[in-house]
Amino acid sequence: MNWDVLLDFSPFSKNWDAVLQSFWATIKLSLMTGILSLALGTLLVSMRVSPTPVLRAFGTFYVNTFRNTPLTLILLFASFGVGDTLGLNKVLNTYWLAVFGMSAYTAAFVCEALRSGINTVPLGQAEAARAIGLTFTQSLRMIILPQAFRSSVAPLGSVLIAMMKNTTVALVAGYVEMAAQMKQMFEEDGATLPIFLGFAVGFMVLTLPSGLLVSWLSKRLAVAR
Amino acid sequence: MVDIGKGAGDAGSSDDLPLVVLESVNKHFGELHVLKDIDLSVNRGEVVVIIGPSGGGKSTLCRSINRLEPIDGGTIRIDGKKLPEEGRDLARLRADVGMVFQSFNLFAHKTILENVTLGPMKVRKVGKAEAEKHAMELLERVGIGTQAGKYPAQLSGGQQQRAAIARALAMRPKVMLFDEPTSALDPEMVKEVLDVMTDLAQEGMTMIVVTHEMGFARRAAQKVVFMADGQIVEESTPDEFFTNARTDRAKDFLSKILTH
Ligand SMILES: Nc1ncnc2c1ncn2[C@@H]1O[C@H](COP(=O)(O)OP(=O)(O)O)[C@@H](O)[C@H]1O
Ligand SMILES: [Mg+2]
Repeated sequence: MNWDVLLDFSPFSKNWDAVLQSFWATIKLSLMTGILSLALGTLLVSMRVSPTPVLRAFGTFYVNTFRNTPLTLILLFASFGVGDTLGLNKVLNTYWLAVFGMSAYTAAFVCEALRSGINTVPLGQAEAARAIGLTFTQSLRMIILPQAFRSSVAPLGSVLIAMMKNTTVALVAGYVEMAAQMKQMFEEDGATLPIFLGFAVGFMVLTLPSGLLVSWLSKRLAVAR
Repeated sequence: MVDIGKGAGDAGSSDDLPLVVLESVNKHFGELHVLKDIDLSVNRGEVVVIIGPSGGGKSTLCRSINRLEPIDGGTIRIDGKKLPEEGRDLARLRADVGMVFQSFNLFAHKTILENVTLGPMKVRKVGKAEAEKHAMELLERVGIGTQAGKYPAQLSGGQQQRAAIARALAMRPKVMLFDEPTSALDPEMVKEVLDVMTDLAQEGMTMIVVTHEMGFARRAAQKVVFMADGQIVEESTPDEFFTNARTDRAKDFLSKILTH
């Protein structure tokens, strides 16, 4: 048995550019998915609490569908269904197909995290907002959502950190991020512990600080009642 | 009151017409009939106290006047105009009707000053400087000018309720609704809120107040409405009501609150 492979980090130095590129690809995918899923999730939760039954029904349908479908299926569909069959891969590269698939999925979880935050805002404040003449949209935007965001920082953080780890599924959509790079190095140099550890640490560099930031923010932004 | 064939819809505002008019208002919650043929009219500058046992429909009546609760029958007019159904017109109407809740309901993530300026700026489109100037005047008037920069949770209950009154007044409402404004307060804070309300009444504000505070009713109100089981059982002057109630229902109720 060759114990040297346990300490052999040379595949990294050999592929350094590709590794850095994959690290950056993961960051790019996470950031864009984070932004889009927060926006879409906010829109969805607004639908779920709106006074219009059709919008509420749509919001509920969306969340139930995307929350209960495996991400891999969604990304395969994004890649093959939306990309190849509809021919959109001519305008959207694998990055955007992965971003849209990931965002569609993550938004369902963002929506539910925000909805739990909305439930912490006392109903009386929404009534007071209506009573001074704010419209539903105004009261959602100025009174309900700001407090919902602040009280759901922790669950939103969990959703976003899970999303960062989920970016590894994007390899099925043909997007080369860290997992795809790791797989390639496994195939070229053998699946060794150092390669695995290197990529695992690569992820922790992203997720651990995010976790700390989230708990700091959630304390700082809490609304006193 | 009989409508003597005025043109349909908007009768326009006129100083001798009552400001708030309810005609055979009915409201159900499912099977429960909470408002039964309510007729009530409130003149400009009048203060009406609504009193009665818990569950009698007082809050529902109050809330239906600015359509926080929709009604199923009858009409409610404010300043001659029927309550709009939904949307912008309704929002505009609500801006004209100030409401003060038992639980204050201040916006927890905004300072007291921001609570007071939000409505004028976003609904009335008043500029920030002007809104803040008016807000500070109102906060001074209710005695919490020094608290303007604080958040609601940093204030006592009495201060929060006075801030809520200032927030409602900032919209320059035509009428103010109060739903048991002192019921959630510690006893030592009741007076500071009632004093503000009494001043307001003396300055000529039209007010509809759900309260069991007899002192306030005698001092500030022209009319007491006794409500039970969704009906207006008795309507009279405060003196008459508290010393000489006509119905057994009211006498029974008064004997209960007086023993406290
Ligand atoms: N949103 C609601 N849904 C169902 N029932 C309600 C609702 N609000 C009030 N009620 C019922 O209507 C009746 C009148 O309530 P309310 O107007 O709050 O009375 P009050 O203010 O005089 O105590 C009560 O029986 C109450 O349980
Ligand atoms: Mg009540």
